[in-house]
Amino acid sequence: MDDLLNLPCYDLLQTEKEQKILSVLNDLTRWHYKRCRSYRSILDMYGGLQEYKSLASIPYVAVSLFKHFDLLSISQPEIFKVLTSSGTTSQTPSKIYLDRSTATQQSKVLVKILQHYIGKQRLPMMLIDHAEHFTDRSEFSARGAGIQGLSIFGRNHRYVLDKDMNLNTDALIEFCDRYKNEQVLLFGFTFMVWDRLLTELKKRDHRVSLPRGILIHSGGWKKMHDKAVDNTTFKETVRYRLGIERVYNFYGMVEQTGSVFMECKEGFLHAPVYSDIIVRNTVDLRECEYGEEGIIQVLSMLPKSYPGHSLMTEDLGVIIGADNCKCGRKGKYFLVNGRLPSAEARGCSDTFKGAI
Amino acid sequence: MTQNSRLYTVFAEALGVQIDQISDELKYNSIPSWDSTAHMVLIAALEDAYDVMLDTDDIIDMSSVVKAKEILAKYDVVV
Repeated sequence: MDDLLNLPCYDLLQTEKEQKILSVLNDLTRWHYKRCRSYRSILDMYGGLQEYKSLASIPYVAVSLFKHFDLLSISQPEIFKVLTSSGTTSQTPSKIYLDRSTATQQSKVLVKILQHYIGKQRLPMMLIDHAEHFTDRSEFSARGAGIQGLSIFGRNHRYVLDKDMNLNTDALIEFCDRYKNEQVLLFGFTFMVWDRLLTELKKRDHRVSLPRGILIHSGGWKKMHDKAVDNTTFKETVRYRLGIERVYNFYGMVEQTGSVFMECKEGFLHAPVYSDIIVRNTVDLRECEYGEEGIIQVLSMLPKSYPGHSLMTEDLGVIIGADNCKCGRKGKYFLVNGRLPSAEARGCSDTFKGAI
Repeated sequence: MTQNSRLYTVFAEALGVQIDQISDELKYNSIPSWDSTAHMVLIAALEDAYDVMLDTDDIIDMSSVVKAKEILAKYDVVV
């Protein structure tokens, strides 16, 4: 496991990678079967624990299970931090229990993945959010956890929204003036970047220029699709309003914090060595062919304190291929196409109720 | 003031604890006051105090007070 964490993020061919991570995922399945009673009950209903011969045969649980049950494979005193999903008041949030070592691994892996895209240095950083996510430090919202994970890459962090999610124009202009010729990092959840920053700038007929900026964003496209904004439009608007060319989306979820799927310059999301993706038919759950749309299942080597190493999401997506993306990264690459029609809005940016 | 106590002072102030709680053996995440939120405050405080620019590997590697000394030594800081 530790050896795998030290491998380069995107160098293994899919077949090599599958061989390596299969044993880790088998170990994790055994570990959680032993330590988490609810997980054991689920597996027992489906024939009990086995030695799984392929990634696709590793059992998966629905991501919504973490809303309804306290699923953990550690004892109470080992609980170090609880992450909660971005459920709104009408929705039950997921609860993810972390011990120290799982939390540490998550940070390490997130840093390794991001270093691949933006380097090791830390940059002056603008956060398109407010600064009030950290009132109770033992319990983090998914948004808080995302902000904190990304903050490692920043220095002189500047939050440009106030606590009511309104744009603080003075903070924005000050940041842009101060760093206009420097490499800077911006992070925000997709819908908030769109609705609270880009749309506000448009309303005011205002543009800023951060030509050496890098924008990283994440957190769900459902609301963006509701507004008929796709990734191309988003990027074009970022270029026009902020003067930023380097824009990276990533696909991730609080149930598998750390091992995120980053977008390459070709516009595809890539599975790093620490995690993988399978797409399944929405009717019979068989594994889809490349190019065929279905429900996304995510696998990660990191969840040790809770049984979240193999999860069926509520997202629709399509795997484009493996090992042959023009960007040069190996492994599977894919697109997320939206949410299952029956699924609730639950992304970090989708649960923001602001100006809708 | 010895160098060690200067480093300890930076740690104590950044983490919001008494200086007698700081020792070389103190580890990241071993006390509630040194969690991931405090870690970023600590990094900024160390950068200010010793006039260095730490990178993301340094932040991840800084798992104890003694490790902080090693990392600062890389930047020719004697603590």
